[in-house]
Amino acid sequence: MTDPDPTPAPVLILGGRSEIGLAIARRFAADRHPVVLAARDAAGLEADRADIALRHGVEVRLAEYDALDLEALPGFVAAQQPPPGIVVSVVGLMGEQAESERDPQAAARVMRSNYEGPALALGLFAEVMAPRGKGAIVGVSSVAGDRGRASNYVYGSAKAGFTAFLSGLRNRLSDSGLRVVTVKPGFVATRMTEGMDLPARLTAAPAEVAEAVVRAVRGGPEVVYVRPIWGLVMRAIRGLPEPMFKRTRL
Amino acid sequence: MRPTRELSGWGRYPRRPGPVAAPRDAAEARAALSGGVVARGNGRAYGDSAMGAALTLETRRMDRMLAFDPERGQLVAEAGVLLGDVIDAFLPRGWFPFVTPGTKFVTLGGAIAADVHGKNHHREGGFGAFVDWVDLMGPDGQVTRASRETAPDLFAWTLGGMGLTGVILRAAIRLRPVETGWIRQTSIMAPDLAAAMAAFEAHDAATYSVAWIDCLARGPALGRSILMLGEHARRDELPVEQREHPFETPPRRRLTMPLDAPALALNRYAMRGFNALYWARGRRAPRETLVGWDGYFYPLDAVLGWNRIYGRRGFLQFQCVLPPDRAEQGLAALLGETARTGQGSFLAVLKRLGPGAGRFAFPMPGWTLALDFPAGPRSLALLDRLDAITLAHGGRFYLAKDARLAAATLHAADPRAARFRDMRRAAGLDTAFASAQSERLLL
Ligand SMILES: Cc1cc2nc3c(=O)[nH]c(=O)nc-3n(C[C@H](O)[C@H](O)[C@H](O)COP(=O)(O)OP(=O)(O)OC[C@H]3O[C@@H](n4cnc5c(N)ncnc54)[C@H](O)[C@@H]3O)c2cc1C
Ligand SMILES: NC(=O)c1ccc[n+]([C@@H]2O[C@H](COP(=O)([O-])OP(=O)(O)OC[C@H]3O[C@@H](n4cnc5c(N)ncnc54)[C@H](OP(=O)(O)O)[C@@H]3O)[C@@H](O)[C@H]2O)c1
Repeated sequence: MTDPDPTPAPVLILGGRSEIGLAIARRFAADRHPVVLAARDAAGLEADRADIALRHGVEVRLAEYDALDLEALPGFVAAQQPPPGIVVSVVGLMGEQAESERDPQAAARVMRSNYEGPALALGLFAEVMAPRGKGAIVGVSSVAGDRGRASNYVYGSAKAGFTAFLSGLRNRLSDSGLRVVTVKPGFVATRMTEGMDLPARLTAAPAEVAEAVVRAVRGGPEVVYVRPIWGLVMRAIRGLPEPMFKRTRL
Repeated sequence: MRPTRELSGWGRYPRRPGPVAAPRDAAEARAALSGGVVARGNGRAYGDSAMGAALTLETRRMDRMLAFDPERGQLVAEAGVLLGDVIDAFLPRGWFPFVTPGTKFVTLGGAIAADVHGKNHHREGGFGAFVDWVDLMGPDGQVTRASRETAPDLFAWTLGGMGLTGVILRAAIRLRPVETGWIRQTSIMAPDLAAAMAAFEAHDAATYSVAWIDCLARGPALGRSILMLGEHARRDELPVEQREHPFETPPRRRLTMPLDAPALALNRYAMRGFNALYWARGRRAPRETLVGWDGYFYPLDAVLGWNRIYGRRGFLQFQCVLPPDRAEQGLAALLGETARTGQGSFLAVLKRLGPGAGRFAFPMPGWTLALDFPAGPRSLALLDRLDAITLAHGGRFYLAKDARLAAATLHAADPRAARFRDMRRAAGLDTAFASAQSERLLL
């Protein structure tokens, strides 16, 4: 792990309304990185913008961003001036598994929001950032992508796609100096999981995800589980032979 | 269905499960209003004031700082911001809260609702004196900006209103310009109560003053104490090598109380040991020292979760204020009764107060004494006797510390309580906003 940059690179958060995204923004701002929060209805984030700017004395801007609007994507990437040194996507949509099983429109929305949108955005940013030979691309995926399970395989399969995309991108850019980071949280206490009864030992606070992101960006391993125990849990789940796995209800 | 969790104040007595809502913004707060609601800050009030009668509205997620005007030192922030966060963000820029209680882990909402006092109340007033306005959500979810100019009555009832006038969403508070993060502290030994009170009066001009009382001392030594005075140090008062970084103070070691301490740790010998230690430290201390802001204002914050030292059964605080003319007699009676019972008190703190800012706020000119005791039947009986002594000396009680006062005692001590209740009824606030404490005290 290296020290924070002398002139901290601008950080772009895609999905700036998410509590995980805001925690990541706060964490970078605390080390004096300027921040851009990109989200749908970005103007609604004015209070968060002011808060981060005031607490940490850094510049914080808002940018309008819809991960599903592919037509607008190249323009959005080009419009980020100065170009970001670090791009983090926390965009995601859990949806209702039961609804996704019956309603193809709903399922497609989940698939596109977790895979297509975030992957294509990070891919395009990588194209403009790699030639500079430094910086980091971070995708917040999920342990749900490690093995499709009955309870959330529509969401999980999209996260699996996202994880695979990031893996390929990292492989391709390994010599470029641009880091490609995959963060796989298990449970995180946020709006997405509100009202669910989550086991405390396996549930991270958004700030823990932020800490993991910062560590990975600064030189730790590029694929990280948040709460390391999830690495073990998922290894066990992946290791179950299919005949046995298919009878579980995880 | 709302999530439920076990609720208590800092004293962990009483405890009971109750439904909670944790809104992120005004719209979510509005949606949660349903009758019998009270806002909760960071749960540093000792008793049941932040436990909703029907629902507890946690405000810690509404914790954004919104604007700062360096001309006036005015910070606008959401109510769930912690005072410690304000210090973290603004001390490096030369600003400090005008008023701070003995812990930095309070929210702005909690500091306003209890009109908290610091060690400078006798000279500068309480937290409420430095609040320009609050945005208050009423029973219907309407938000009123209340200040000394607009809705002045509602504003005055809200300072010290213990969450019973509505939910404070945002506030504008004033910060004090400071040149350094250091305090010049002077310790003065006082062999007894009369000497301690005389020392306070002799040092009336000091910005900060507080006394720690060795509350096991009896007889002629009753009220033996260390008076600690403080002034914000100017930059030219720092050693030369620190003047380049005037806001950097040494980081403090943090300790965390991991488990509930066994009740054994509480016996009076342990108390005696603690008090003796404090006494010896005060004796050794040179007359004037430079102390970092954290160590000066928040000695207890270094031990996170120190309330667990009293074990699972929790503990009780007692805090009253006595008017100047009856104070010496009353304080002697309170300390005498405490020493006689041998219940000990981990903390005994004496301060002077000036006039309060709010209509139902605790402070009034006089002397305030705070004591704490392990929860249990013996302490409860002792506190009843301390109540009677307070009442007999024209004093009143601090609701932010209270977990067990009888309604009749409160109303006998403080005629404002009935006016507060009548105002709440007339404005329809009584059904909308209620805490376990307000129900117990018939507010
Ligand atoms: C170690 C320690 C030292 C202390 N020292 C002092 C001291 O020196 N001087 C002093 O005055 N007090 C002192 N206190 C008490 C403390 O400052 C007060 O109890 C304060 O109100 C706690 O703030 P909180 O945010 O934790 O609020 P809570 O304890 O959560 O709530 C306290 C009250 O404020 C109300 N409230 C909270 N937020 C809101 C809101 N947004 N809108 C409306 N109402 C709200 C609640 O309903 C409740 O009635 C001390 C406490 C501790 C633990
Ligand atoms: N919470 C967990 O337990 C957990 C576990 C593992 C992984 N994760 C992942 O962590 C990330 C953050 O999740 P979270 O828990 O913070 O939940 P969240 O608040 O629901 O965050 C998801 C964010 O994605 C944004 N988003 C969705 N579709 C978008 C689109 N088309 N365009 C722009 N933004 C869009 C949402 O924006 P809007 O506010 O505009 O809707 C929302 O802010 C997600 O990728 C999630 O899958 C979470």
